[in-house]
Amino acid sequence: MAAPIRILLAKVGLDGHDRGVRIVARALRDAGMDVIYSGLHRTPDEVVTVAIQEDVDILGVSLLSGAHMTVFPKIFERLRQQGADDMIVVAGGVMPDEDVAALKAMGVKEILLQDTLPQVIVDTLRRLVAERGPR
Amino acid sequence: MMPDPRSLDQLHDELAHWEANEVASFLNKQAERRPQFFTCSGIPLKRVYTAADLADTPLADIGLPGRYPFTRGPYPTMYRSRYWTMRQIAGFGTGEDTNKRFKFLISQGQTGLSTDFDMPTLMGYDSDHPLSEGEVGREGVAVDTLADMETLFDGIDLENISVSMTINPSAWILLAMYIAIAQKRGYDLNRLSGTIQADILKEYMAQKEYIYPIAPSVRLVRDCITYCAKNMKRYNPINISGYHISEAGASPLQEAAFTLANSIVYVEEVLKTGMDVDAFAPRLAFYFVSQGDFFEEIAKFRAARRCYAKIMKNRFGATNPESMRLRFHCQTAAATLTKPQYQINIVRTAMQALSAVLGGCQSLHTNGYDEAFAIPTEDAMRMALRTQQIIAEETNVSSVIDPLGGSYYLETLTNEFEKRIFEILDEIDERGGTIKLIEDGWFQKSIADFAYDTALRKQNGDKPVIGVNKYAMPEERHNIELHPYDLTTAVRQIARTQGVRRRRDSRKVELLLDKLVDVARDESQNIMPVTIDLVREGATMGDVVERLKTVWGTYRENPVF
Repeated sequence: MAAPIRILLAKVGLDGHDRGVRIVARALRDAGMDVIYSGLHRTPDEVVTVAIQEDVDILGVSLLSGAHMTVFPKIFERLRQQGADDMIVVAGGVMPDEDVAALKAMGVKEILLQDTLPQVIVDTLRRLVAERGPR
Repeated sequence: MMPDPRSLDQLHDELAHWEANEVASFLNKQAERRPQFFTCSGIPLKRVYTAADLADTPLADIGLPGRYPFTRGPYPTMYRSRYWTMRQIAGFGTGEDTNKRFKFLISQGQTGLSTDFDMPTLMGYDSDHPLSEGEVGREGVAVDTLADMETLFDGIDLENISVSMTINPSAWILLAMYIAIAQKRGYDLNRLSGTIQADILKEYMAQKEYIYPIAPSVRLVRDCITYCAKNMKRYNPINISGYHISEAGASPLQEAAFTLANSIVYVEEVLKTGMDVDAFAPRLAFYFVSQGDFFEEIAKFRAARRCYAKIMKNRFGATNPESMRLRFHCQTAAATLTKPQYQINIVRTAMQALSAVLGGCQSLHTNGYDEAFAIPTEDAMRMALRTQQIIAEETNVSSVIDPLGGSYYLETLTNEFEKRIFEILDEIDERGGTIKLIEDGWFQKSIADFAYDTALRKQNGDKPVIGVNKYAMPEERHNIELHPYDLTTAVRQIARTQGVRRRRDSRKVELLLDKLVDVARDESQNIMPVTIDLVREGATMGDVVERLKTVWGTYRENPVF
């Protein structure tokens, strides 16, 4: 049996909306994944460091404050510096359509907006890990 | 309501007969839609309610408006004398930007102001702090200094319009700025009306905007309450809020019970200073959501009023009826708004607003149809305000007080809510009290449990969300004009803050910051006077907040899911 998917779910910046990220954390855990939740108010540096130390397959960043276009470039820059640009990064929260396109161009693999069903999130993450292939 | 025993017996017989005949024969032909029906909070519902359900309800518990226990409303004439305050929240960009929106809303018939602040202001960071990058003026208006606040309220007569400020861990600083403006303009502080939210406990439970540990944070709230009780007779120094508890995923029952639990802590804290309960309790105000379950929401508002009246009278020995009278602001439920088929948000909001009005709210914010996308546009805010105006002036529901009072169903649900609220409050006491349970993560876990359950019920279709899990349409292109974020905001804002820092007398500010530390260390003192001096001398919010971190440290929650 394959090892369970490991994921770090993170809240970055001043945004305190954590209803969604905690629902996602439970849904992924119930689906058999290894879930680490960062808690609130983390910096991009902290999040990337933990993701690398914990050797996760996926870094999921939740943002509902509108600061995503500031936060994600910093995360990717840090991942590159650490030689971890192959990490799967997904975004969750409230993001306008035009930013969704920009985030994808930046390297975010999927953007899971509010009202995405838990099962869809589970399926999406499994697909992303399968597409990446074994490490 | 005590019908005579003979007619009660007759009623029971008739009900049994009806179940055995009419109901049974219909059920034979077609089963009901569900085996069992529940409210949103999970309270089981009967097929129909009758006088038998109210047989044990004392008439005095229902009572009359403006009279203990205030089930039917806090005032004896309610909307017959004055409609609720139509208070649409606004806040984005700099003080100038939001000032324009305020003036637009006033020109459209709005009767009170309500201010949303950006994340850095909410969390006590200046706009040029590294953590503020990308957030300045985005979700609300940026305020760093008194100069920002003066721009925000430029040309608005604060003696004649009430102003609500949605601000929590840094609330006392904005209150200090508000007072400093009033003094500068020569207003009588006792004529100012409005509120700061300042409900820090629900931040640890739900909204998660906090700076300091719980004890000093509650002391700041205490200082706002006692300062206002002595100096600002018409000002509400706190809005004890269920809204955010609900938006974080709690049930309506949890919302009501946890909010009342928080109110008990604040009252206890102020009583410890030796102030009489009737000297401050009349100005404590509340803030609830209006969710989707129409009757349950109305029952929630009525039960909250009755429970609060009983708590203030029985637990705290209040004697002034105004101390027992729960007044609340209400907002429709943002978490019910959907991005797909977004126009239907107008209908949802109208329904929720109607239950707020039938539940007897004192002021109301109706959400914009575009809020699942971004903060609302002027067009969305006009539509939301018109929704309230239609309820007030076209439907005629405002002519009779508590028009649903006496409904078998509503009164039963109100009783059930009261019973369950007191059960939860007892449980909180038994488990060691609200603050201990926040530290244990008990509230956070209870809220997360209900939120997860709701998410699963939306997924399996048990909880319909029109346009999302029912009647969904193929992926639409959203042809909707959204509120734009002005990229020059941060630059304009930071320039003003840095200008204030250059012009001020830094030695004076430094001396006052030292005094602030002394006051913070001495719990018997009130922090308001030195804070007012600080903002007047050009101290920024960040100056004040950071200096106090050296005394109190910061709070970090133990993340649970």
